[in-house]
Amino acid sequence: MAPHSSAGRPSQLFKNLNSKIALIPMMLVALVVFLGGTVWTVVYSFTRSGLLPRLSFVGLDQYERLWAAPRWIISIQNLAIYGILSLIFSLVIGFVLAALMDQKIRFENTFRTIFLYPFALSFIVTGLVWQWILNPEFGVQSIVRSLGWSTFEFDPLYNSDIVIYGILIAGLWQGTGLVMCLMLAGLRGIDEDIWKASRVDGIPMWKTYVLIIIPMMRPVFITTLVLIASGIVKVYDLVVAQTSGGPGIASEVPAKYVYDYMFQAQNLGQGFAASTMMLVTVAIIIIPWAYLEFGGKKRG
Amino acid sequence: MANISTLNSTAAGFDAVSPQVAGPSGRKPRKVLSRRNIILYGLLIVAALYYLLPLYVMIVTSMKGMPEIRMGNIFSPPMEITFEPWAKAWASACTGLNCDGLSRGFWNSVRILVPSVLVSIAVASVSGYALANWRFKGSELFFSILIIGAFIPYQVMIYPIVIILRELGIYGTLTGLVIVHTIFGMPILTLLFRNYFTSLPEELFKAARIDGAGFWQIYFRIMLPMALPIFVVAMILQVTGIWNDFLFGVVFTRPDSYPMTVQLNNIVNSVQGVKEYNVNMAATLLTGAVPLIVYFVSGRLFVRGIAAGAVKG
Repeated sequence: MAPHSSAGRPSQLFKNLNSKIALIPMMLVALVVFLGGTVWTVVYSFTRSGLLPRLSFVGLDQYERLWAAPRWIISIQNLAIYGILSLIFSLVIGFVLAALMDQKIRFENTFRTIFLYPFALSFIVTGLVWQWILNPEFGVQSIVRSLGWSTFEFDPLYNSDIVIYGILIAGLWQGTGLVMCLMLAGLRGIDEDIWKASRVDGIPMWKTYVLIIIPMMRPVFITTLVLIASGIVKVYDLVVAQTSGGPGIASEVPAKYVYDYMFQAQNLGQGFAASTMMLVTVAIIIIPWAYLEFGGKKRG
Repeated sequence: MANISTLNSTAAGFDAVSPQVAGPSGRKPRKVLSRRNIILYGLLIVAALYYLLPLYVMIVTSMKGMPEIRMGNIFSPPMEITFEPWAKAWASACTGLNCDGLSRGFWNSVRILVPSVLVSIAVASVSGYALANWRFKGSELFFSILIIGAFIPYQVMIYPIVIILRELGIYGTLTGLVIVHTIFGMPILTLLFRNYFTSLPEELFKAARIDGAGFWQIYFRIMLPMALPIFVVAMILQVTGIWNDFLFGVVFTRPDSYPMTVQLNNIVNSVQGVKEYNVNMAATLLTGAVPLIVYFVSGRLFVRGIAAGAVKG
């Protein structure tokens, strides 16, 4: 591995020697941890590993068990609901906020600071605050009831049918500020002349946004989409803090499944299989994007 | 004439609804309380209130006594302000057998944070510099693997890392966790530094080379002083990121050295005892305070940091 260790090699190896030495940590991380670790996990997902990793292959057994487990199915469903809604809402809310911010408003900095501060907070803090706000005894539900609407029911954290929406509310609160910032940067990148032209032509503002600006911002939207999506797959701390996967197993997510099976249930094979499924999910999102983004550039 | 005035009225503002066709020419004076402004600021203020609400709820809850919380409404301001929940959260809240409060987690987090930030930034800045100015055959390939690696879910790589650290005999130690933070901070930080060093004029580097400066000399004498702003951005990114980390803390440390986030979660979500919501909220605020302070102090640099973090690839 280390290029400086072999003394008698041709001088090509010694060219840039310092740079190669300096990059050893980075090369180790790329090769051993990122590439090696990923391959390792995928390989071991086909084994019977339990308490300790063992190389006794069982084919697709772990995957069959995984997809037969109700908890995994619920995790995947939750991830799908949370993922799709969170994508839609954060893009819409983020864009609308950015568009409002782009109207040459006063106190722009104040508003931006307010919209973005949740992003500085951890998912643990986010989850715990919203756990408290959504507490049915003291929080939103009890307040609406005390205002006179006594049958009002909104207890997402205690109702397994809607618990994932409770997590969604918290997740959106934390993450939309970032989307707003990215969208605002995109809007600021649009040529002022386009606005002037559309105004001269008398096109209403909303129509300009829908028909001209949004299509022009396609790259920004795609980047944001990929970012949110790869973050969604990893969602873990938020659920741990807000509901611990409950009530029952109603708000489980894949990342939590992986952690619990690897470090608590001592069933490594299941953990590996589940994490490989997460990898596949990310690959499905990333590969088309990378292809569009980088494959296109080379041709152009 | 009519032509010009229609043009004027559409160009005068976004509220082109006004049907004036032959009104006075010239720019229409903008009213402060136009319908457009009311809707615009109305929406912004409603949104701002929604974003501020949880912070407000945390603050007021943490200052109430338990009887008041049981009586009332989470949004009402405290009738009697008390700082007891804060004191309790900091010094005597219990997690398992330890009853010395969040202070333990705070100091653990500090102990994790300082070396992790320093090491990860040092490694990444040198890597970024080497990648920008001292390319060699294959360096870009490693960099591509690193960047793709940033998208791989942590869960995929976590167990192999556990094994590596165990083999090295540092699993569960502070050193181990510092290495983990360095590894996972590496893609984005290296990208940040690489892009910054690439954007510097090449003549600078060439002139130093002609004067006989070597790899490290150029790094310490020229690149490092020029890159101070980007070091600040990287620092903000890492301080908030590492402070907010939960997963690595829970996997790679032992219970007595859990970082603040993990301890906070254990305090609030413990099943034993009576729930003390005011203490919980004080503890939550204390944990959120560090990144919040970094955020409010750094302002625009924070935005720059996350924008750099966001626009990968």
